[in-house]
Amino acid sequence: MNESLLRELVPAVIGVLGRRGADFASAEDAVQEALIRGLESWPDDPPRDPKAWLIAVAWRRFLDAARAEASRRGRELAAKVKPPAGPAPDTDDTLQLYFLCSHPALPPGSAVALTLRAVGGLTTRQIAAAYLVPESTMAQRISRAKRRIAGLPLDQPGDLGTVLRVLYLVFNEGYGGDVDLAAEAIRLTRHLVALTDDPEVGGLLALMLLHHARRASRTGPGGRLVPLMAQERSRWDTGLITEGVKILQAALARDRLGEYQAQAAIAALHADARSTSETDWLQIVEWYDELLRLTGSPVVRLNRAVAVGEADGPQAGLKALAEVSPDLPRYAAVRAYLHERAGDLEHAGDLYAEASRVATSVPERDHLTREAARVRQLPRP
Amino acid sequence: MKYLLLKHYRGGPTPAVDYAPMDHWTPQEVDAHVQYMNDFAARLDETGEFVDGQALSPEGAFVRSDGEGRPPVTDGPFAETKDLIAGWMVIDVESWDRAVELAGELSAAPGPGGEPIHEWLEVRPFLGESSTVTE
Repeated sequence: MNESLLRELVPAVIGVLGRRGADFASAEDAVQEALIRGLESWPDDPPRDPKAWLIAVAWRRFLDAARAEASRRGRELAAKVKPPAGPAPDTDDTLQLYFLCSHPALPPGSAVALTLRAVGGLTTRQIAAAYLVPESTMAQRISRAKRRIAGLPLDQPGDLGTVLRVLYLVFNEGYGGDVDLAAEAIRLTRHLVALTDDPEVGGLLALMLLHHARRASRTGPGGRLVPLMAQERSRWDTGLITEGVKILQAALARDRLGEYQAQAAIAALHADARSTSETDWLQIVEWYDELLRLTGSPVVRLNRAVAVGEADGPQAGLKALAEVSPDLPRYAAVRAYLHERAGDLEHAGDLYAEASRVATSVPERDHLTREAARVRQLPRP
Repeated sequence: MKYLLLKHYRGGPTPAVDYAPMDHWTPQEVDAHVQYMNDFAARLDETGEFVDGQALSPEGAFVRSDGEGRPPVTDGPFAETKDLIAGWMVIDVESWDRAVELAGELSAAPGPGGEPIHEWLEVRPFLGESSTVTE
């Protein structure tokens, strides 16, 4: 049995139940239960028609739950629930599901969880493990999210921006539990590309592929973080890079630039270079300027200062850094790097140490501590 | 984002309310306090923000290695209980502001006379995994 096949069927089956009159929250619950049963029984007893099996089991679950609810309330089963009528039409409600699960009314963490379950076909247990919270907490988060969007119409065009943001969050979370969230984000974004006509979706997919290509080189022994400049570029996945660049070029040709395309362009320029010194930093700075114009994000301003430091020298980088808010988590790390490049080792050591104290992740903290130790051992000129 | 809410026996900055230690409260006051804590955790369970929580006994000791082949050295029980951690709760919330809001709520647990004790709680962010896209 192929677990991913089973999971890929989930959004379509939710759509089928919806078209038969089930509300989203109950349909999604029923499909989740059917999914769990399928995961248990398919390995020994694979169905001939997986989709029909999933629809049948989920529909039965839905009817049982609806009857139980009706009898609890002392009422007849709601009349709007229609019996299954012939084979389900093959239209895809999946896009609406993406929109609904990333509804702007939901806090990002809830949208992520709901998307992974209803669109991604993950179980609550897998999502809880990936985000290191108890299963009951994740279950509550998902049912609250569903209550929050209950009654919102499914048939309106949704907000593609929040969908992309949610997929980006999933990708950035990386690799937790037994589910590879980065790969999952890529799968969901790939599917979304086929459902939409916005170059930003392609931009996001390209961005993910180009970063995913560096995955093997990003961590060293013991899970230590290897920064871009120290990565062994021969280990980058050229297949993913080629695909990412191709998708990006197609998106850029549409002439509707957005933040994900701009970020992907920066990643593509890195992917194209054999080393840090052979990187086209001038062009990267130009893309950061675009990105800054598009987003106004302080993080972009910070990363731009690094690029300026490479393109025009550390003093220019420090000048660019002067326009950045020192409150950003990685501000001290960038400052440390630029000071080191400028030969100010005394200062750089202290700044790396400061950066490690404000780091937001363990690999980053350990890396910056090592950097501080390294710089402090360098011979002073 | 995960945060640790740390409850000390009597730690932190100058107390806002000067109240007697818990063993001098009436049993009803103790019950009300404990109930408040439990209700708080139950509410977080419902909002999907609860991760874990435990209370700690003030008993215990400092321990360190004393070299290979020798038993560890202990020192204690602790002479001063004032800075000891009494318990902790881990929450998973959308923002620092939400963590502060919840800690504020927890700090208003009732004490003597049913009045909120306004105790100081320590709120500390977890270090997470590093994100994939950084440049």
